[in-house]
Amino acid sequence: MIKADSQVILSVRGLTATVEGTQILKGVNLEVKAGEIHAIMGPNGSGKSTFAKVLAGHPDYTNIQGEVVFQGQNLLELEPEERAKAGVFMAFQYPLEIPGVSNLDFLRVAYNSRRKHQGLEELDAFDFDDLVHEKLAVVKMDPRFLDRSVNEGFSGGEKKRNEILQMALLEPTLAILDETDSGLDIDALKIVANGVNQLAKPENTTLLITHYQRLLNYIVPDFVHVMESGRILTTGTKELALELESRGYEWVRGEEETAGVGAA
Amino acid sequence: MTTTVKTFVNQPYKYGFVTDIESDTIPRGLTEDVVRLISAKKNEPEFMLEFRLKAYRQWLKMTEPTWPNVTYPAINYQEIIYYSAPKKKEQKLGSLDEVDPAILETFEKLGIPLSEQKRLSNVAVDAIFDSVSIATTFKEKLAEAGVIFCSISEALQEHPELVQKYLGSVVPVGDNYYAALNSAVFSDGSFVYIPKGTKCPMELSTYFRINTGDTGQFERTLIVAESGSSVSYLEGCTAPMFDTNQLHAAVVELVALDNAEIKYSTVQNWYAGDENGKGGIYNFVTKRGLCAGVNSKISWTQVETGSAITWKYPGCILAGDNSVGEFYSVALTNNRQQADTGTKMVHVGKNTRSTIISKGISAGHSNNSYRGLVKIGPKADGARNYSQCDSMLIGSDAGANTFPYIQVQNDTARVEHEASTSKIGEDQLFYLSQRGISSEDAISMMISGFCKEVFSQLPMEFAVEADRLLSLKLEGSVG
Repeated sequence: MIKADSQVILSVRGLTATVEGTQILKGVNLEVKAGEIHAIMGPNGSGKSTFAKVLAGHPDYTNIQGEVVFQGQNLLELEPEERAKAGVFMAFQYPLEIPGVSNLDFLRVAYNSRRKHQGLEELDAFDFDDLVHEKLAVVKMDPRFLDRSVNEGFSGGEKKRNEILQMALLEPTLAILDETDSGLDIDALKIVANGVNQLAKPENTTLLITHYQRLLNYIVPDFVHVMESGRILTTGTKELALELESRGYEWVRGEEETAGVGAA
Repeated sequence: MTTTVKTFVNQPYKYGFVTDIESDTIPRGLTEDVVRLISAKKNEPEFMLEFRLKAYRQWLKMTEPTWPNVTYPAINYQEIIYYSAPKKKEQKLGSLDEVDPAILETFEKLGIPLSEQKRLSNVAVDAIFDSVSIATTFKEKLAEAGVIFCSISEALQEHPELVQKYLGSVVPVGDNYYAALNSAVFSDGSFVYIPKGTKCPMELSTYFRINTGDTGQFERTLIVAESGSSVSYLEGCTAPMFDTNQLHAAVVELVALDNAEIKYSTVQNWYAGDENGKGGIYNFVTKRGLCAGVNSKISWTQVETGSAITWKYPGCILAGDNSVGEFYSVALTNNRQQADTGTKMVHVGKNTRSTIISKGISAGHSNNSYRGLVKIGPKADGARNYSQCDSMLIGSDAGANTFPYIQVQNDTARVEHEASTSKIGEDQLFYLSQRGISSEDAISMMISGFCKEVFSQLPMEFAVEADRLLSLKLEGSVG
């Protein structure tokens, strides 16, 4: 939902990042306003997942330069958990298994850490139990998954649903979905997409990182950005995604080179 | 090593202070005269001196074991002080008023108040300071139930026949190098006797404190549960921080007669040395329970977090038919700590059962080994054992090993062994931090999940304590 007078939630300028000596991000610029859904597409190795992880504060990346302002705060100065508490959420491409820690306990601790940050009272186990059961409906998840260890033995689809469940509970201002569609069959994809759509609100924003156009049939973005070699090469609307689907990423590279703004 | 699993930094050891008191300390070194001196100082009956001398003579002929998966410089046994007691105290004190206030304060600081009004409710405590028992609480109340709970020195004066009957009956004087040393020079410890058919009305607990720098601590604990009785016993340990290493070589013997049950829990938090491995306690301990009677049960639960080196294998000899042995262990090592610990389950009687649940957590540059023996004797028809040994690694520089020994001499026995190794990885920590959970909380959640099966075996008062202790030990261990 694009509105001209919406508040800027995230502003990224000239962002660079290096992993193990290789520069992956080479100057990313992006501005996201409240209520908008942005998709970042690009071929493998273009840096789109790195971009997501750097926003979330993954410790593997070094030499992070540039500017990332999230709701007026310099995001790069914050520790990962502070970013999370401030309202940055990343749904992982490969959600981690945490043996021995019950999913329900994990969800409650995460939820209460955000509540506490917002100056709200923490929910006790009973109130939280009511809340979480309500939120299960968003992703049509079986309550039995609450009693299991976090993601342990979950199928790919169940893990992704669990991610969206966390998102539903934490109500982030900026939700980054890193290749959430990967490894999902069509039914699971619909459920996950439906969950994301329900959670999109005028006051928050969603950043979809994806390789394929398929997801965008279900979550319709306001903007589509194409990333290549650590930069955003071109920006358009959902039609750009369809064009990419039919013509491939080579087409964007060609366009750029003709225009003379491609990487030298 | 990845970028943020940084050098492991321990939370400062909060029990590392030294109490300034006058001690009655004998000269360094060990000779037959020293053994006689210790016995004389304690005014022991003749049989005790003979027990000690026999042990000493055996010890002289023995050599230190080299098979454990630990390394340390040779110990000079002539440099150790074998007896040190707070002055002013020749005999067991009549009341707490006679105890040096500095010592009472020490125990207060350790969270073990001994004064009447502040005592832990429903837990009787025997407090041992360096080599000597300082005070035993709730004695009168226990006496009403016929339970004897006192220091072993006192038991030697008041109940010599019981001590003579059972001391060394489970761990013979020549059992191993450290047990022989302990048998020769032990200075004090706890004695528990639960009469026939009695359920001990409260938790019993011994609290060990090493204070002097060059003193070895050699305590001796003996628990006897008569037919149909039951008792739950807990020991806790701390020591000050010294740059040198102190030797702690204890022996614990448990005897359970027909239908008796003994539950023995340990929370061991001796000083572990600094992050470079300087200082700390060498904890070389022999603990063994004898399920002498039919349907008897002995259960060991240990939470081992301290000591520079831990060498202990609390075990059960399942002699009585249908007897049950259990071993639940959490051993945590950090920095340069080394642990070689596990259990021995020796099935002698018919239909005997044993369960072993061992959880090893290794962080920093530490090394943590599980070593366990399950032995099924030829007459142990229908014996069953289940062992589960799980290791968790934190960071990339820690080591974990499992050495199971299984000896089965009876076709009808069933022995199961499961083992797993997991790792707290950087990615898991990042995942949890992305959900607003700090690394410390994340580790603590994962550790308590990992240790759940063991902590649930601890007496309730101490389960929470153990959980907190582990978190404290790992605080700041992952940056």
